[in-house]
Amino acid sequence: MEKNMKKYFPVFVLPTFVAFTVVFLIPFVLGIYLSFTEFTTVESATWVGLENYIKAFTQDENFKNALWFTIKFTFVSVITINVISFFLALLLTKALKGTNFFRTVFFMPNLIGGIVLGYIWNLLINSILGVFGFDITYDADFGFWGLVFLLNWQLIGYMMVIYIAGLQNIPKELNEAAMIDGASPFSVLKNITVPMVMPAVTICLFLTLTNSFKLFDQNLALTGGAPARETSMLALDIYNTFYGRIGWQGVGQAKAVVFFLIVAIIAFVQLKITGRKEVEQ
Amino acid sequence: MKKILSIVLSLSFLLCSFAGCSRGGQDNPSSQNITTVRFLNFKPEVANVYDEIAKTYQEETGVKLVVETAASGNYEQTLTAKMGTNEAPALFQINGPKGYANWKNYCADLSDTKLYNHLTDKDLAVTADGKVYGIPYVVEGYGIIYNKEITDKYFALENRTTDLKSMDEIKSFSDLKAAVEDMQKNADKLGIKGVFASTSMKTGEDWRWHTHLANIPVYYEFEDNDVDLSTNETSNIEFKYAENFKNIFDLYINNSVTDKKVLGSKIVDESMAEFALGQCAMVQNGNWAWGQIKNVKGNVVKAENVKYLPIYMGIDDEENQGLCIGTENFFAINSKASDEEQKAAEDFIYWLFTSETGKAFVKNDLEIIAPFDTFKENDAPEDPLAQEVINWMNKENIKTIPWNFTVFPSVTFKNDFGSALLQYAQGTKNWNEVKTIFVNRWKSESQ
Repeated sequence: MEKNMKKYFPVFVLPTFVAFTVVFLIPFVLGIYLSFTEFTTVESATWVGLENYIKAFTQDENFKNALWFTIKFTFVSVITINVISFFLALLLTKALKGTNFFRTVFFMPNLIGGIVLGYIWNLLINSILGVFGFDITYDADFGFWGLVFLLNWQLIGYMMVIYIAGLQNIPKELNEAAMIDGASPFSVLKNITVPMVMPAVTICLFLTLTNSFKLFDQNLALTGGAPARETSMLALDIYNTFYGRIGWQGVGQAKAVVFFLIVAIIAFVQLKITGRKEVEQ
Repeated sequence: MKKILSIVLSLSFLLCSFAGCSRGGQDNPSSQNITTVRFLNFKPEVANVYDEIAKTYQEETGVKLVVETAASGNYEQTLTAKMGTNEAPALFQINGPKGYANWKNYCADLSDTKLYNHLTDKDLAVTADGKVYGIPYVVEGYGIIYNKEITDKYFALENRTTDLKSMDEIKSFSDLKAAVEDMQKNADKLGIKGVFASTSMKTGEDWRWHTHLANIPVYYEFEDNDVDLSTNETSNIEFKYAENFKNIFDLYINNSVTDKKVLGSKIVDESMAEFALGQCAMVQNGNWAWGQIKNVKGNVVKAENVKYLPIYMGIDDEENQGLCIGTENFFAINSKASDEEQKAAEDFIYWLFTSETGKAFVKNDLEIIAPFDTFKENDAPEDPLAQEVINWMNKENIKTIPWNFTVFPSVTFKNDFGSALLQYAQGTKNWNEVKTIFVNRWKSESQ
């Protein structure tokens, strides 16, 4: 068996390896290379060294603004999404009528594409603000909370399903034993439920963090960065740099590399921290 | 734990499949023997016309024409993506000197092409160092479109406070302002919601202001300073006629169908629909808009009542000002394509604008005013706005304003100016700040 595995290892790995190289490794390396060049298309690149990175941080205030906006947005939406979806999951694992129905309903927003979602929420929010004679482009705060609301609406159901799976995995005996020992519902939650669903927390935090940080479609469709780029997040800013300014494609690429590093570091640190808190059953 | 993992994995696959964008497969790979011309079309509204043209062209000449169309506002993106592939277009468009600067490594010299010889006004072409890199294939004009039915109704009102008797008497901004403001007062009697259609200011829908309207003050400033547009003398601007821009912009937003605080969500289609439905009397746009007006359901505007007025903004001697006429559609041929493909591309555009079949498509289906000497007077499209553009071009003592916005520094400049205009309309920025943004962004984007 062992011998066979060794023998056929390359055969089984090859297709995946080729696919991985073609669709991930090559574009990734090429992308990093392009961030050090000035180019219009991939073929016409000339080496400029670190100039693009310097430009991204010194000559372009939009990038720093977008970074700050994205951090604020991620902070708020990660907390709200996880807290709300966790409590929804708690509620829907109780023996209530129609839990299956509600699980489906809450999950459904996740099935709608980002652009459509952004467009629909744009109409909804504008019609509400319209009553007061405003629209979403009037103030960056409207756009900010609009985005938070939208992403909550979209991701809560999804995270909820993961939490439900985690909750259902907790052995009943633990809860019962705690009850018999006279633990209050709150201390059951704190000392049993939360530690036991830590694996689900890890996954959910990871997904919400990266999804909020990388948000693009919804941002483009809901606010498009208005007013005056104040609500444009990193991904949208990179897109605008790349396509909106002649000769800035390299800078856009440099921003994208920085963006990748930030997302990778955040995700890595978060997985390390929450992973440590997981308990093995 | 395993259970969770498997659920999470399958869910994340699901998520990926929804979040990821799918790339449509390439349709039928061209057979090797037939010469193929690839053309990346700029105008989505005529995509199906080009399909027809491709079919006919292949029947007549045996050359296969593959037309791909970029989505609205995504031409540069699509072109950038396509240029790096084996299926790079041999024929593409640049939008003027700035577009040429971006694509100069890909633009072939067109000085000796057959079509260039037929260009009526050689000044319209994109040139650099005495060579031709872009051939304009359409002439378009924009101004204030008005519905004569509604304005006539106004001039028949007894309680109007102006002495004007018809739109023809409006020769300056002050005339226009007086008439518009009085019309707005009588909006109910005229059966309109506002004189002007909504000033569409949503991101990506604000080009009528940050580009077209801004063209006029920029044109006058460059005229005053004798700026040579083909040099980088254009990188300096002081927005000398900012106040004039403000004049007309204020007139638009204060006498509009829509309250100025909610203009940030309005799109061009809505403005054109308002005009088509008779909810307003005027709208600023170009002759391409006729297609939009015509196709609105419940359209009440009659073709014979659709007229043009130049955009007056209170600049000296503006009584001789005409419409803004020019183009940002220039054919360019990909210098990196094979000689055979380049030749085929050249032959195709020559065919389109000189052969009888090609000309019929241009006149009846593309409905464009072609700037080539093969087009006689009766070859102009029949839509009322195109006719009006031709009328204004032929008027005596009327000075047409060229499209100088092709030298505007970048899309970023335009977008930033557009958002500043929106904030001005919403009342969160004052005019001086808008002016500063215009000047600063122009400078920083010109580097």
